[in-house]
Amino acid sequence: MAFAVERTIPVPAEEHGPSGLLKWITSTDHKVIGKSYAITSFVFFLLAGLMAMLMRTQLASPDNTIVTQHLYNELFTMHGSLMLYLFAGPFAFGGLANFIVPLQIGAPDMAFPRLNALSYWLYASGGIIMISGFLTTGGAADFGWVSYAPLSSSINTPGAGPDMWIVAIALTGFSAIFTGVNICATVFYLRAPGLTMFRLPIFTWNMLVTAILILIAFPVLTSAMVMLWCDRHIGSHIFTATGGGVPVLWQNLFWFFGHPEVYILALPYFGIVTDVLAVFSRKPVFGYRGMVFATMSIAALSTSVWAHHMFTTGTVLLPFFSIMSYLIAVPTGIKFFNWIGTMWRGSLKFDTPMLFAVGFLVVFLFGGVTGIILASPPLDFAVHDTYFVVAHFHEVLFGTVVFGGFAGIYYWYPKFTGRMMREGLGKVSFWFMLVGFFVTFMPQYWLGLHGMPRRVADYSPLSGWTLFNRVSTLGAYLLFISVAIMMVNFLVSWLKPVPAGDNPWDGHTLEWATSSPPPHHNFYWIPPIRSERPLWDHNHPDCRTIDTHPPGEQRVPAAVGAEADLRPGHGTGTGHESGEGEEP
Amino acid sequence: MPHRNVSCRARGTWREHLAPVAVLAGVVTALSGCNLVPTFGATRGVTTQAHEEYRLWYWMAIAGIAVAVFVWGLIGWAVLRYRRRDDHMPKQVHEHIPLEITYTVIPLLMVIVIFVFTVMTENFVDNNPPRPAAVINVTAYQWGWIFKYAHTGGVTIQTAEKAAPSLLPKSYFNKVYPTLTIPVDETTRIYLRSLDVVHGFYVHEFNFSRYAQPGVTNTISFTPTTTGWFPGQCTQFCGLYHSEMLFNVHVVPDAWYRTWLKAEERSVKHERLFGFAPLPAKAGP
Amino acid sequence: MLLFVGAFFAAVCGIYWYLSNETSGTMMLLGTCLLGALPGGYYYWWSRRMRPRPEDDPEAAPADGAGVVGAFPGSSIWPFVLGISAASIGLSLVFGLWSAVFGFVLATAAVIGVIRESRRGGLV
Repeated sequence: MAFAVERTIPVPAEEHGPSGLLKWITSTDHKVIGKSYAITSFVFFLLAGLMAMLMRTQLASPDNTIVTQHLYNELFTMHGSLMLYLFAGPFAFGGLANFIVPLQIGAPDMAFPRLNALSYWLYASGGIIMISGFLTTGGAADFGWVSYAPLSSSINTPGAGPDMWIVAIALTGFSAIFTGVNICATVFYLRAPGLTMFRLPIFTWNMLVTAILILIAFPVLTSAMVMLWCDRHIGSHIFTATGGGVPVLWQNLFWFFGHPEVYILALPYFGIVTDVLAVFSRKPVFGYRGMVFATMSIAALSTSVWAHHMFTTGTVLLPFFSIMSYLIAVPTGIKFFNWIGTMWRGSLKFDTPMLFAVGFLVVFLFGGVTGIILASPPLDFAVHDTYFVVAHFHEVLFGTVVFGGFAGIYYWYPKFTGRMMREGLGKVSFWFMLVGFFVTFMPQYWLGLHGMPRRVADYSPLSGWTLFNRVSTLGAYLLFISVAIMMVNFLVSWLKPVPAGDNPWDGHTLEWATSSPPPHHNFYWIPPIRSERPLWDHNHPDCRTIDTHPPGEQRVPAAVGAEADLRPGHGTGTGHESGEGEEP
Repeated sequence: MPHRNVSCRARGTWREHLAPVAVLAGVVTALSGCNLVPTFGATRGVTTQAHEEYRLWYWMAIAGIAVAVFVWGLIGWAVLRYRRRDDHMPKQVHEHIPLEITYTVIPLLMVIVIFVFTVMTENFVDNNPPRPAAVINVTAYQWGWIFKYAHTGGVTIQTAEKAAPSLLPKSYFNKVYPTLTIPVDETTRIYLRSLDVVHGFYVHEFNFSRYAQPGVTNTISFTPTTTGWFPGQCTQFCGLYHSEMLFNVHVVPDAWYRTWLKAEERSVKHERLFGFAPLPAKAGP
Repeated sequence: MLLFVGAFFAAVCGIYWYLSNETSGTMMLLGTCLLGALPGGYYYWWSRRMRPRPEDDPEAAPADGAGVVGAFPGSSIWPFVLGISAASIGLSLVFGLWSAVFGFVLATAAVIGVIRESRRGGLV
């Protein structure tokens, strides 16, 4: 195979290189790496979900003894770590972004394919190291996913499990940094001709901003891990008060990573939802530029709010972090109204991806509102480290990562595999998930407001928390059923394939212009790009996107005229090539 | 504007009229069902500081629910009204700058208003008034509490093991949880420290928590307004027995507090003289 | 955009330092500011000196981008080897130095392998 690659492949290229297991190990093709990432992170998601089931079962009754306290501490630590470090982030920027971003910008591959493969292997080995902490004699890490110093010191949590956790985080941290660099370079340098920055699909925009956030946040985390390791093994006293260190420094470092991390997890899924809503409404994204600026301001603000996790430490500047946290609500609100604007007067088709995207809107809104409440220091004093916080961040993260992520899975699964998922199973799984979600997490707000602290393995029967804990556990089982149905859906689509075709959803962006699954180096042909929806413009020449971004407007008068005359019912796409936009 | 036939319009009107009522009724029923009206689930609290926080919570909850219902309404409307009924192409609306500016500015104003109220409440809650009636050094450790009353010759209450351990599997049943006795209607100041890791000093009815951290002394004050027993607990995860790091707060009338403190002081002197504590004569109900 | 990152964090950093006098946060914000400003400045410097690229031209036709985009190796074993070596070096921090020896041998092999692969410009 040639090393040098052109943007579009002139003739259909055969698959070269090794096949079978060796293909998965040696491939530097962004699609194969993306699939590996997606599958690996989904396995971690399932494992972490099982841990959650175990914890909810333990909490179903007061003074329960299904798991010991030590095991419970390991479980919630690993549940959080797997979900946040190994599923939510890597699934987005490793799995989906790796696969989709080059396709959306018409590139043959990521900018640094071998670096890309390296970051996958760092991630995979890091994940395996983290999870195999359970096999050590002392058990896995048990200091919470935030591993607050000095609880994470070698005196308070000795053993190999916590050390493996630290090494694993450092490895996955490097992996994330490499991926971030790769995405930045790909978006900056490998865009197709005519695809200016302000014509990038919103998903790619959000991935670019996420990549920059990764570059801001993950080095801090990785260096904090190095410091922690030094404290544990070579006797430095960076985080120990007795040795002259500053324990609260850990919290500052960690949350300087931790809060951007929340948006590293959220922004890609915002992007998925934006794309899905637009496609299934048959409309362009409403307020495209507003959306991009909202994404950027969320990212910018998110790096100056880290200490709102530390309001109750009594050592931070409350009003500064409070107002910064409040301000994030403004761009998030813009996004919300833009999403609604995208659906407004559209033609909404409720296939499974769209259901999950709308479910995300419903669910995330409530997480956002309680986020405002938590951003107020006095109210944070009242509910800090209670189940109110647990319910809040699960609504936010579960809302974005699971609802948004599942929307993405159902949306792009045809592109990944060339097969469709079953609509019926998908819809059943959605309704289980929506109901299960509210049944699980709404009672947790109540529990938090009634004083149940988080991360407790048991509670007194006198506390009056039993009923709502039961309800929450029931909801968790519903979520379990929902995911199980989804697994059945995967299985069915694998055993009895229904071919998807290139563009099953009438998609707008370039990834749908190539075959499903795409060939090696992706594109035989790319449509002319005159707006952020090149494929839509190509397929629906009488219903084109008005490119409001100068200076393209004057050059396509015919298209603008067609738009002005538009009547409902007239625009049935014929898919023929319209040339007026390309005349010089 | 897509054409709508008569029956469609009639359905729309019906929905327009009934939907808000139905939503309101649903919300009220749901809330009262969970005993959320009118406190939205929170406690009013038993200190002046807690009352202030509750007030802020109350108005923010109302604002939050209003915003949520409004946006949910918009989503619901869009989802119900704009389902795909035929194969028509919707107008390819791209943006609407005045509208976008509107929904940037309105949340911004709301946020600023909320921020002003937040800062007012925060300053009240974080204020440490001079000359408190009681000064207590609270020290957290794995996994218990030490309450040391200042200016009393060393009155100390702390987590203890039960003399006769229970056979039940958990250490939960083998602990005597300490009680923090403080006077009602007077300000108590607490200096909060930790011996080892980060702990959280949390009393639910005070609507308040604060970290106890090694190397840091946090100063907090409350003014209880109600007498009674209130459970407290460590909220910041601190290791193996985190869930059993409980304590109680006993708010008593001022005279009672003085009597109790006198008795404790005598007991401390007794112990200092004779090397053991006097036989237990428990104060309290 | 990176310049914007730099400017934004310069401002936030200043405000935060003024309001809090707290060291760690200020340093992190300063680092973030530089993270934006350095590559941003570099890109700006370059963007003034290079020809406009077809991908930034709103009127470009797909054919404008014809030609070789870059070198994309189809498959390579070395990232896997390097990943394993990094993992074993990492594990040496937990279990002792023996696995670091193994890791460094693999890492050396991988680096040599990658260089040879790039020189030859083809599959290995």
